[in-house]
Amino acid sequence: MSSRPNYSNNKGNEADDIDPSKRKITVMPTEGGKEDETCKTFVFNKEDHTLGNSLRYVIMKNPDTQFCGYSIPHPSEDKINFRIQTYGKPAKDVLDKGLNDLNSICSHVLRTFETSVNDHKRRNQSTDVEMRENSVG
Amino acid sequence: MERIKEIRTRVELKEHGLENVHSTDFPGSYDGYDDTWSQEKFEKNFKVEIGRLTADELEFDMIGIDAAIANAFRRILLAEVPTMAIEKVHIYNNTSIIQDEVLAHRLGLIPIKADPRMFEYKQDAEAEPTDTDTIQFELKVKCTRNTHVKDATDPDDLYKNHKVMTSHMKWIPIGNQAQIFKEGEIRPVIDDILIAKLRPGQELDLKLFCVKGIGQDHAKFSPVATASYRLLPEITLLKPVTGKLAHKLKNCFTPGVIEIDNVNGESKARVAHPRKDTCSREVFRHDDLKDLVKLTRVRDHFIFSVESTGILPPEVLVSQAIQVLIAKVREVKRELDVYK
Repeated sequence: MSSRPNYSNNKGNEADDIDPSKRKITVMPTEGGKEDETCKTFVFNKEDHTLGNSLRYVIMKNPDTQFCGYSIPHPSEDKINFRIQTYGKPAKDVLDKGLNDLNSICSHVLRTFETSVNDHKRRNQSTDVEMRENSVG
Repeated sequence: MERIKEIRTRVELKEHGLENVHSTDFPGSYDGYDDTWSQEKFEKNFKVEIGRLTADELEFDMIGIDAAIANAFRRILLAEVPTMAIEKVHIYNNTSIIQDEVLAHRLGLIPIKADPRMFEYKQDAEAEPTDTDTIQFELKVKCTRNTHVKDATDPDDLYKNHKVMTSHMKWIPIGNQAQIFKEGEIRPVIDDILIAKLRPGQELDLKLFCVKGIGQDHAKFSPVATASYRLLPEITLLKPVTGKLAHKLKNCFTPGVIEIDNVNGESKARVAHPRKDTCSREVFRHDDLKDLVKLTRVRDHFIFSVESTGILPPEVLVSQAIQVLIAKVREVKRELDVYK
């Protein structure tokens, strides 16, 4: 799948490695410079409630999570601040598990949906045939 | 315990508002419940039931999933499943009364039947169009007087080509598109959309360029007319409702929701099809009825309704939407792995 062009930012993506605003995820610096692996605010660029809320739900289902929430700091900025606090595990690991869980949920939903659609189509085809046969008979 | 189960699984409709709207099934919220995420439990309970499937409409039930995820699918359907739409219009001549910019806007909103999966996003808006990222149409119409008729007053008889329709749009293949796509595979979804009206001497001479895009950028790229869900309504009669009251109760709901049975010569109300209910809460306006019924909605039972614009079949759109969410998750995960 090719990526969508970015109309809002200026052209050229040669600065991708340097400019943090163009990365998908960055980590907000902690106040006072003291690093705490269990509390982190991730910034997801070009994401909104679609990923934010579904990921929040899945991460809150993890018993290691003490708090998980997100905000859209400003409507004209295309990003979300995604906060995770844990009871001891690194926040990154909890986020990683959340992403894996959400991925398996979606895969299962897709599988189930496509099976149901195919079953429905097959069932309707066979009833069509039956009806035609009955009308002939 | 019954009450807790109800708080967890039902949204309650009260006379003056809703109760238990939010999901609360998180670890640590309830004593005696294990709310830890379990894929196994989810796969056991999750169901999709197709209700109605036509060429451009789909109604299905998605059962056993949280609103956070069901809503993500709905949001993606509206704004993040790509389609092709007219993005640039070259106007060589426009002597009609409709202004260039208004005409270009109208053209943008026309649904274009072309499989967006066969195309790529145009990376640079200024670049020359190529066969992988652009579809080109020509719209060249000139209105003339119909000389054969006398004494006619109907514009349809008086003039030729006075209505510019989507059927006038002619596909101009770029590069090897003519080999990849058959004639009629790329066209406006509907042939009789009125684009402009002309009078004798007026003409349109345009070139239209379609690109791939998503609804987030402009609503013209949205692949659906509507995509929505509602929760399954549930009606519980707390006491038997009989006689005149039963008929009154029946009239408080959408036809078909409540049926009247005849039990030993007496009418008795029965909840027949709660699914049909619009959840108007009319019952709560009647003092003699409001304590007899309880209105709830099932928190994890979503009745989806997807209406396609005709570009892609609705079942394909839903599959695409799920795949878009998967792609989002994988993109974030890839970035996170870089950090590790």
